[in-house]
Amino acid sequence: MITKEDVEHIGWLARIDISEQETVEYMEKLNSVLGYFGQLDELPTEDVAPTYHVAEIYNVFREDVVEESIPQEVVLENTEHKQDGTFRVPKIG
Amino acid sequence: MAKWMSVAQIKEKIEESSAEEVTARYLEAIGKSKVNGYITVSEKALEQAKKIDAEGHNGSLAGVPIAIKDNISVVGLPTSCGSKILEGYIPPFNAHVIEKLLAAGAVILGKTNMDEFAMGSSTETSYYGPTANPWDLERVPGGSSGGSAAVVAAGEAPFALGSDTGGSVRCPAAFCGVVGLKPTYGAVSRHGVVAYANSLEQVGPLANNVTDIAVLMDVIAGYDRRDSTSIDSKTEYQKALVEDVKGLKIGVPKEFFGEGIHPDVEKAVWNAIHRYESLGAAWEEVSMPNIKYALASYYIIAMSEASSNLARFDGTRYGFRESGENWHAMVSKTRAEGFGTEVKRRILLGTYALSAGYHDKYYLKALKVRTLVKQDFDSALSKVDVLMAPTMPNPAFKIGEKIEDPLTLYLSDVNTCPINLAGVPSISVPCGFTDGLPIGLQIMGKPFDEPAVLRAAYTFEQNTDYHTKRPHEVA
Repeated sequence: MITKEDVEHIGWLARIDISEQETVEYMEKLNSVLGYFGQLDELPTEDVAPTYHVAEIYNVFREDVVEESIPQEVVLENTEHKQDGTFRVPKIG
Repeated sequence: MAKWMSVAQIKEKIEESSAEEVTARYLEAIGKSKVNGYITVSEKALEQAKKIDAEGHNGSLAGVPIAIKDNISVVGLPTSCGSKILEGYIPPFNAHVIEKLLAAGAVILGKTNMDEFAMGSSTETSYYGPTANPWDLERVPGGSSGGSAAVVAAGEAPFALGSDTGGSVRCPAAFCGVVGLKPTYGAVSRHGVVAYANSLEQVGPLANNVTDIAVLMDVIAGYDRRDSTSIDSKTEYQKALVEDVKGLKIGVPKEFFGEGIHPDVEKAVWNAIHRYESLGAAWEEVSMPNIKYALASYYIIAMSEASSNLARFDGTRYGFRESGENWHAMVSKTRAEGFGTEVKRRILLGTYALSAGYHDKYYLKALKVRTLVKQDFDSALSKVDVLMAPTMPNPAFKIGEKIEDPLTLYLSDVNTCPINLAGVPSISVPCGFTDGLPIGLQIMGKPFDEPAVLRAAYTFEQNTDYHTKRPHEVA
């Protein structure tokens, strides 16, 4: 079971502001879904290997050569918050 | 010009008149739309068509219009993923599939509506409002590629691209009475597709017939080094369009006909299987005992991957930004305001499933269950050529009916999401109606055996007329 404190903690980890009222709503909805997920416990999987993806590919390498990329000014076109060729954000802490 | 045309008919029409005229007719139909299937209609579509007329009709899709789901990047057109957080974002590069389409001469009509970040089965969670089902405007078109399916069914595009993470091409195809293919994982490059759950999703085509699905696959499939899971299968999709199922072995997994299935859906699917039998195929029941755990495993994996993928939407480089006294506050407020409720739920659950103390219980467990589900597919498909089952256990539901309770909505993916865990190809084709609403038959195959799946689907289509029925609401 997920508590109000858990919701607040994962809200912080996920960087999503959650109001007092929303905390209770999320707690109820998330617990109902987690309850459903709990059915997996009945299936024994001690000797089963995990599958991260099904493509039979493990490492994909390429030569470390510089290639053409998107120009800086084009990348910065999608924000108003920019300065001297960089993205501008508030101070971290 | 007929409202619904195959790609072959459109190409004839272009030769008779022009690409410009064909595109103009589709834009006119979009202008009169009753379904809210497009988020953005391209202002450059006519210009693009004129250019193709001027250059001569070169390329396998020269002048043929297409609709693109709004999570696939197209230079110059906003990509919103149905979310406020990407408000105003215009991608500076094309997705691999868009490069391929443009090289073939296709004309992009616009970007279609979807559940926010492809998280849903009803296209109701879009920031741009719900899309209606052309067969009954009070019902959902399915999702998350609901816009793509609805515009194809409504004659507002001859075909479209969607993406399928847990059924997002096949579910709306079934609900809207069109054909939709989820290709084998790795068959189509994901470069330029906004990621929700990388290990599960594939771009897939939606069309009014099986032939046009194969036409589109021949254009979009193939190796792309920018997608590290890309595999070159060298499949020739149109060559699979052979009307012959003699000797085809069909497996019918009883677990896909579970509790809560609509009796008319069950009947329509069995009628289809018996039709195959009369055409020379043989069927047998098969058992896939771990399928009942697929839904929980799927959602844990999808949410976990989503919590990581969607971390990039922080208001820094593009889209919506809320102000805050420091970086953490700016990001937390931007994400609180920019994401819808369902997206936030999935990010929170995914974050929880990956967090210290719960990783093994949820995420690792789900990955192990995924192995068992995949083994069920391997085992069943070692005995038969294809598997057949209902795409959706029920027909399209009413707008607003399931949106309040996430778990109820998740359960509607029960027959589609196991396929994404296993990475196998799967197509949904129309196989009947209940109270005027379409029913989809799902045909699944071995990895990279799209030819068997397409051949079965094509043969069914040649011997039935479900795919020729059109919704009266939008006629």
